[in-house]
Amino acid sequence: MAEKKDWGVIAQFENPARLLEAVTELTEKGYKDVESWSPFPIHGMDDAMKLSGSKVPWFTLTGAITGMTIAFLLQWWTGKIDYPVVIGGKPLFTWEYAVPVFFELTVLLSAICTLISIFVLNNLPKPSHPLDKVPMFRRVTDDCFFVTIESSDPMYDTEKSQTVLADLGGTNVTLVEE
Amino acid sequence: MSAQAKYTGSVFPPDLVTGNPSFGKVTNTICEIVEAKPNFTWAAAWLLALSVLGLLGGMIAYLFWEGTGIWGLNNPVGWGWAIVNFVFWVGIGHAGTLISAILFLFRQKWRTAINRFSEAMTIFAVICALVFPGIHVGRVWAAYWMLPLPNQMGMWPNFRSPLLWDVFAVSTYFTVSLIFWYVGLIPDLATLRDRAKSKISYYAYGLFAVGWRGANRHWQNYERAYLIFAAIATPLVLSVHSVVSFDFAVSIIPGWHTTIFPPYFVAGAIFSGFAMVNSLAVPCRKIFGLEDYMTVHHIENMNKIICVTGTMVGYAYACEFFIAWYSASPYEAFAFVNRAFGPYAWAYWIMISCNVITPQLFWFRKIRRSMTWTFILSIFVNIGMWFERFVITATLHRDFIPASWDYYTPTIVDILTFIGSFGLFFTLFILFLKFLPAIAIAEVKGVMPHADPHWSGYHQHGEEGEHHG
Repeated sequence: MAEKKDWGVIAQFENPARLLEAVTELTEKGYKDVESWSPFPIHGMDDAMKLSGSKVPWFTLTGAITGMTIAFLLQWWTGKIDYPVVIGGKPLFTWEYAVPVFFELTVLLSAICTLISIFVLNNLPKPSHPLDKVPMFRRVTDDCFFVTIESSDPMYDTEKSQTVLADLGGTNVTLVEE
Repeated sequence: MSAQAKYTGSVFPPDLVTGNPSFGKVTNTICEIVEAKPNFTWAAAWLLALSVLGLLGGMIAYLFWEGTGIWGLNNPVGWGWAIVNFVFWVGIGHAGTLISAILFLFRQKWRTAINRFSEAMTIFAVICALVFPGIHVGRVWAAYWMLPLPNQMGMWPNFRSPLLWDVFAVSTYFTVSLIFWYVGLIPDLATLRDRAKSKISYYAYGLFAVGWRGANRHWQNYERAYLIFAAIATPLVLSVHSVVSFDFAVSIIPGWHTTIFPPYFVAGAIFSGFAMVNSLAVPCRKIFGLEDYMTVHHIENMNKIICVTGTMVGYAYACEFFIAWYSASPYEAFAFVNRAFGPYAWAYWIMISCNVITPQLFWFRKIRRSMTWTFILSIFVNIGMWFERFVITATLHRDFIPASWDYYTPTIVDILTFIGSFGLFFTLFILFLKFLPAIAIAEVKGVMPHADPHWSGYHQHGEEGEHHG
């Protein structure tokens, strides 16, 4: 008879405007582990949740530098060191002819690293989640808007957090277990 | 005064989604296409496409068995339909990423209705394009020499060759377009997963949706990543066809060795790409009842782009002639006079009529907004753009020594291989229409007025709007 732990509480909100108001209120009250769930990104939500900037660009930059470096080393080393063939009396390596491949590999590696960033930063793939047990949550990818307060929040309290969400206009307030 | 009275339009842009549906209605309309049982028409269309694909497979097998001698190539014309078809398909593959990347950076929100659809078209067109350089090398078992792979011969590819740049450009373009498309699909795959009725579709969509649940912390990274994809794909779109044009422009053949080629190829690619989007969108919006999402406004916008890029292409044709005269090079001048009045004049004038005259009709609002006209003219543009590449390639038929002049005619194998490539394209495209949402659901919801939390409708009765659960 292991005791079931709370994951947090969830409440539904009517529309993007109510969702944004609720999250703004919650973060102003001092809640930290608040999350908004919506079928599309909501304008202004990042500020309402007081999120710092996304780290995605750092992944892209890493990819760009790696791609450029690989492109340079590949063309310079194969052309000048490993397989030097004089073609039309031209120098073995010049940067001018290498530009198209510099560009392509920079873009390619940037794109791959940006894709990886979506997985790494969002902790995906995530096949199962405590919220999957809430039947109404299935409509988060359709037309419903939800706010959750997670039990990891220092201000979290099973009873109080549910009341707070209800007072903000949340409906279907539900306790979610781990 | 009278001019003002006549004007009935609004100064505001038209609604991106007409009929003002709720978010749930948007989900239903688009998902029901995917969830419905495949009907007879779909199955018949797909089987037809599949049999044409079989034709392509047969022709390729014959080619591998017999060698490139079964094509119409001859001594001056060493590049025939393989390069023509390659450039044709790559060109078509330009609209998708242009719509998803460049129009995204320019905040053209109308792109949301057509981006998924045209990105899919892009990917399938690039697959068709990649077939041709893969099979035209003659010794197909050595096709991997195009890639810089370490080998026991101790050889490396020649990075000075534009053909090698092409390998990098097209494969990068394909990979980046695929990633871009997939990232855009993730939220919509999650929608399909959450609506799934059968276990198979639940797990299949769920696998590719990677557990997307619409958390705002995820949306933040997602949106930033999407912006970055758009930013890096924008120069990529412009570079791909520039690099393809280097295949011609870096050579020293009169009629090819010109600096106008990169911009002229890019304009032509966008021109043909949008024409293909319209050729596909006009019937699809009708068949699947998507008229409220792909509105007349969307089609009209694409027709405007076709008009602009078509005019640019026309300008490039004129400019080539001017430079041929201005260069005072008799070989250069001959190449162009021969194009317009030589043995291939018929192809040249098909190209001019389809690419220069046809898009000018889109100056008329009535024609821009007519689905019948749009469809017919888009087919003309597709034909014209194929002929453009043919005209460029056929320039080879009269080279420097009149003794080696010849006339190039395709064989039946050339023709059937090209027809077969349409089978490949439509097999993939028809599968896409059945199994993936043809319109970006999450993105369309995001551009609707009630997606904005500051929409006036939410604040007029903001006070009584508070519910207590």
